[in-house]
Amino acid sequence: MLNFTIRRLLLAIPTLLFISLIIFLLLTLAPGDPTANLPLSIPPEVKQQIRESLGLGQAWYIRFVLWVKAFYITEPLYLIESLTGWDVYGDQQRVLSWQFRSPVMDIVTQRLPQTLWVVGLAYLVGALIAVPIGIISAYRQYSMFDQIGTFVSMIGFSVPTFFTGVLLIVIFSVWMPLDSFFWLPSIYDTTLEVTNWETFVKQVRQMILPVTVLALFNAAQISRFMRASMLDNLNQDYVRTARAKGLSEKTVVFVHVLRNSMIPVVTVIALGVPQVFGGAIITEQVFKVNGLGQLLITAIQASDIPTVQTLTVIFAALIIFFNLIADILYGVLDPRIRYD
Amino acid sequence: MTDITEIQENASRSQWWDVWDQFKSHRGALIGAGFFLIIVFGVTFGPWLWTIDPTYIDIRARNQGPSFAHPFGTDQLGRDTLARMIKGGQTSMSVGLVAMALALFLGTFIGVVAGFFKKLDGPLMRLTDLFLALPLLPLLLVMVMLFRDTLSSIFGPEMGIFVLMVTAIGITSWMPTARIVRGDVLAIKEREFVLAARSIGTSNQKMIMRHILPNVLSPIMVSATLGIANAIITESALSFLGLGFPPDFPTWGRLLFDSVDYLQQYPERVMWPGLAISFTVLAVNYVGDGLRDALDPRIRGR
Repeated sequence: MLNFTIRRLLLAIPTLLFISLIIFLLLTLAPGDPTANLPLSIPPEVKQQIRESLGLGQAWYIRFVLWVKAFYITEPLYLIESLTGWDVYGDQQRVLSWQFRSPVMDIVTQRLPQTLWVVGLAYLVGALIAVPIGIISAYRQYSMFDQIGTFVSMIGFSVPTFFTGVLLIVIFSVWMPLDSFFWLPSIYDTTLEVTNWETFVKQVRQMILPVTVLALFNAAQISRFMRASMLDNLNQDYVRTARAKGLSEKTVVFVHVLRNSMIPVVTVIALGVPQVFGGAIITEQVFKVNGLGQLLITAIQASDIPTVQTLTVIFAALIIFFNLIADILYGVLDPRIRYD
Repeated sequence: MTDITEIQENASRSQWWDVWDQFKSHRGALIGAGFFLIIVFGVTFGPWLWTIDPTYIDIRARNQGPSFAHPFGTDQLGRDTLARMIKGGQTSMSVGLVAMALALFLGTFIGVVAGFFKKLDGPLMRLTDLFLALPLLPLLLVMVMLFRDTLSSIFGPEMGIFVLMVTAIGITSWMPTARIVRGDVLAIKEREFVLAARSIGTSNQKMIMRHILPNVLSPIMVSATLGIANAIITESALSFLGLGFPPDFPTWGRLLFDSVDYLQQYPERVMWPGLAISFTVLAVNYVGDGLRDALDPRIRGR
């Protein structure tokens, strides 16, 4: 198992570098000039100087190597230094954002908590709702509960998050009277600091809508998998054996069937995490959460290439990392599919 | 798809009748298919039935609620919402269908080639894995940002963004189809009828066209439905983020994006495009569900 993990880990490094290269090439070789939006009255030689100050003077492969060094070596070193206080970072060039003129990773660490809170909580809530629904739906297949559950998950799966979000805003922020208990804010206030009970309640209330939207979407996907996986296992011979031994129904379902059904579901949950970050881009835009997704959108609109590059690679790294986790989890949970 | 009609004409009871019988028994799929057809007919022939120009600005009739003259109301410039919905539906549906066709073509091609030619299997599957590890939504946003102006100057503002959308969605969503098709081709390649065909000297090209492709048609059809749903949602999402079609060229996502600005005053305005997207995707997903059941011989006939 350890062997396999190390092999996968080593394979992940070239994949990540290659994806970085693809993203870099897409951004570099595409038509368009970062100085194109500057006023026409600026003389060409000054424009050239601006381009060079942005680091655009060199050939693309040199810039790529410099970016790789800055992103994969300097930034982790800086992180280590700021966490532990060891002097490892020195004074090397970090990845700078063109629109903020400050290191991209500093902005990312400012924005990360908002995204993590909303996305993480939504995913957790989604999974916690989905698993019991999947279990009951499969155990009582074709019952009323199953029919309704399947229908609701089909809706949650089909209705895009930007419409559920807007719909919830219409219901809970527009139609609901302002003084009602059920009125919820439609804009996520990130400057709010939780210091006492009142601000805590405020924080909870502003998180309800975005978390519900994302949780509904995640729950729909996971519950479909959970139901299918439970159904696969419920008809197996070992279930009949367990019942024939005289085990209680509770033990059969929750110990024998559930444990085996959870194997694919756990990996699906792991594989879904990066997608959720992608989906959060839209939800953040709906509820005006200034997280990573919103940073990406503003960077794209401002043609801030280093920020776009760094964020996209971070999203890619998340996907690769969680693919790795899913693979390893699969091996840990199911000894039959260990690869060594 | 010509193969299907041929089979139906030749045999009195082909497998496609069994598929249809099974499909009919799935009520959700039947309703979904009906709804999808209505939407397609509505957006295709709608402009003849509802003759108001979607770009006609009648500033005196702005921000109206539903009435006989404007069943869906009017927007902030007095443009008729129903006409704009029909126009937007045309764009959304054509983006969905064309992007799906492109993704399906790419996926089937790569899947068949990878499954059929052993030497290409490794590299092509690594390529598929690589594409699966790309962050798709951010990349789509980046592609739109980078290529919008260039393509607009080549094809014109409307056609340019259409080409960009379709290509971007097409080349980022072929991977699941390729994987499924490859798996099926690998299994079919080992069957006796392929050996028989090979022994009478069938060329590779004929083998793929006559023997392999018709046998992998069912997974391709299922991924086609999922592909439409995916493409419609992706296009609307991009338009919703303001990185899609230009404002005077409505799509359902764009209409939703524009209506969000008037959420406080006219909350009902977001409903039309939102419901149109949701119901279409729901219908397509139900059709996909029904097709999957109908095309699975293990479920069929039970």
